[in-house]
Amino acid sequence: MSEYWNDIFGGTKSLLVGLGITAREFFKPVVTEQYPWEVPVMMPRFRGHIELVKNGETGRPNCIVCGMCMRNCPSGCITLTGKKPEGEKKKVLTKYELDFTKCSLCGSCIEGCNFNAIQFSKDYNLASTRKEDYIFDLLKRLEEQS
Amino acid sequence: MTAPIICREDEVFVLNLGPQHPATHGVLRVKLTMDGEYVVKAEPVLGYIHRMHEKMAEDRTFAQFMPNTARMDYLHALAYNHGYVLAVERAAGIEVPERAEYIRVITVELNRLTSHLLWWSAFLLDLGGFSPLLYAFDDREQILDLLERVTGSRLTYCYFRFGGVYNDIDDDFITGTRNFIKRLRSRLPRFYHDLVTKNIILIKRLKDIGFVSKEQCRKYGATGPLLRGSGVQFDVRKNEPYSVYPEFDFDIPVYEEGDSMARYMVRMDEIEQSMRIIEQALDKLPDGPVRAKVPKILKPAAGDYYAAVEAARGSFGCRLVCNGGKSPYRLKLRSPTFSNLSLFGEVAEGMLLADALAFMGSLDLVIPEIDR
Repeated sequence: MSEYWNDIFGGTKSLLVGLGITAREFFKPVVTEQYPWEVPVMMPRFRGHIELVKNGETGRPNCIVCGMCMRNCPSGCITLTGKKPEGEKKKVLTKYELDFTKCSLCGSCIEGCNFNAIQFSKDYNLASTRKEDYIFDLLKRLEEQS
Repeated sequence: MTAPIICREDEVFVLNLGPQHPATHGVLRVKLTMDGEYVVKAEPVLGYIHRMHEKMAEDRTFAQFMPNTARMDYLHALAYNHGYVLAVERAAGIEVPERAEYIRVITVELNRLTSHLLWWSAFLLDLGGFSPLLYAFDDREQILDLLERVTGSRLTYCYFRFGGVYNDIDDDFITGTRNFIKRLRSRLPRFYHDLVTKNIILIKRLKDIGFVSKEQCRKYGATGPLLRGSGVQFDVRKNEPYSVYPEFDFDIPVYEEGDSMARYMVRMDEIEQSMRIIEQALDKLPDGPVRAKVPKILKPAAGDYYAAVEAARGSFGCRLVCNGGKSPYRLKLRSPTFSNLSLFGEVAEGMLLADALAFMGSLDLVIPEIDR
């Protein structure tokens, strides 16, 4: 019999404590980010998909088409081609394609690059219903940015 | 505790729990043979999210496998990073700078906190309590912000490197972590213990339910809070110390009861112990480099190497067999949840369905880690 009353008193106490905490929190300010109205600021080290870095002097990408990023990538999501224009010593990037459907944002490509040619972008709100939208032409992206 | 089952064979029925079920938190299927509301036989069926991680390791270099480790246990990714880099460092004989070891410990323990907070909220959600989830996620979000500041990602971290960590932590991170610990300490008694631990409904749902004995743990190789909740004091951080764990003063919470409540209490006490480790590590944090010079392509000497770490769910082991090449000859990953789930069938026999689900929640299952 005493257990019965203990349960009733204990249950009532638990209920009141819980309701008390909820009631107090009800009047506290909102802690969640109100997304469409409030846009999050990405941290400096945020890993978005990669993008090419432009050389400040020449206006062309820093990339020298060595292919280290392509070899370092665990999932094989980078394809790049380059050609040597007549009269120039260095190769010039002609195509840099990122298959973002396979990318796991590990950053192996950026770590393998010795020429500061790629960096993480700050894009986070990517959404599409078509797979083709995630095959990024980074050279085109760089041209559009400038 | 377990009700005697007197059933006629033609009166039992099979109930599929999963593969898509809110209480299994992933694609786990449990084939339950039921007699009314009592479980007669429970048989976990695995393999719905098998991704061949071990095989994948064999056709890529040691460094290229790093991102995979975070995708196994997505809740305690940094411990998996740690286990793998420890095994490779042992194989290649790489010395890690002291500051890097401290940063590893701080980030792994922060990650353990996020894992326990998420377990806590999801477990209570299984039991039917919704609001604790909101309080725990508020705290968890603070840690995710801190970890995002240093690692760049919020869940599947790939922060550790052979011979150190990817990049250094800054003063903002250190002060942020100290403030967070202060905040969690002040919130623990009210939001976690007053609201939930002392709640009579929770106690009635967990006490004396899902008893796991020491012998069962030994038989199935269970580790982590499950083993410590059954009265065995085993923690890889203390029993086979790695990294700089011997330098810290912390306790291993052990409860003798072996029921769901004991496992709950072990995890709640571990939150406190993790905070103690982080505080001490921040106090002792030395200066210096965070990454040793390591060749880009590793070719460890042929041999057999093993490293184990204490992840949030138990001991995670990495057995690495090298043949002197650029990629592992074989990588065997020992994941704790696989062993912990194995005893579910034996323990759940004779339980009420609702109790079996509460017991499953107290095991803290992460399905991608079971299947790998």
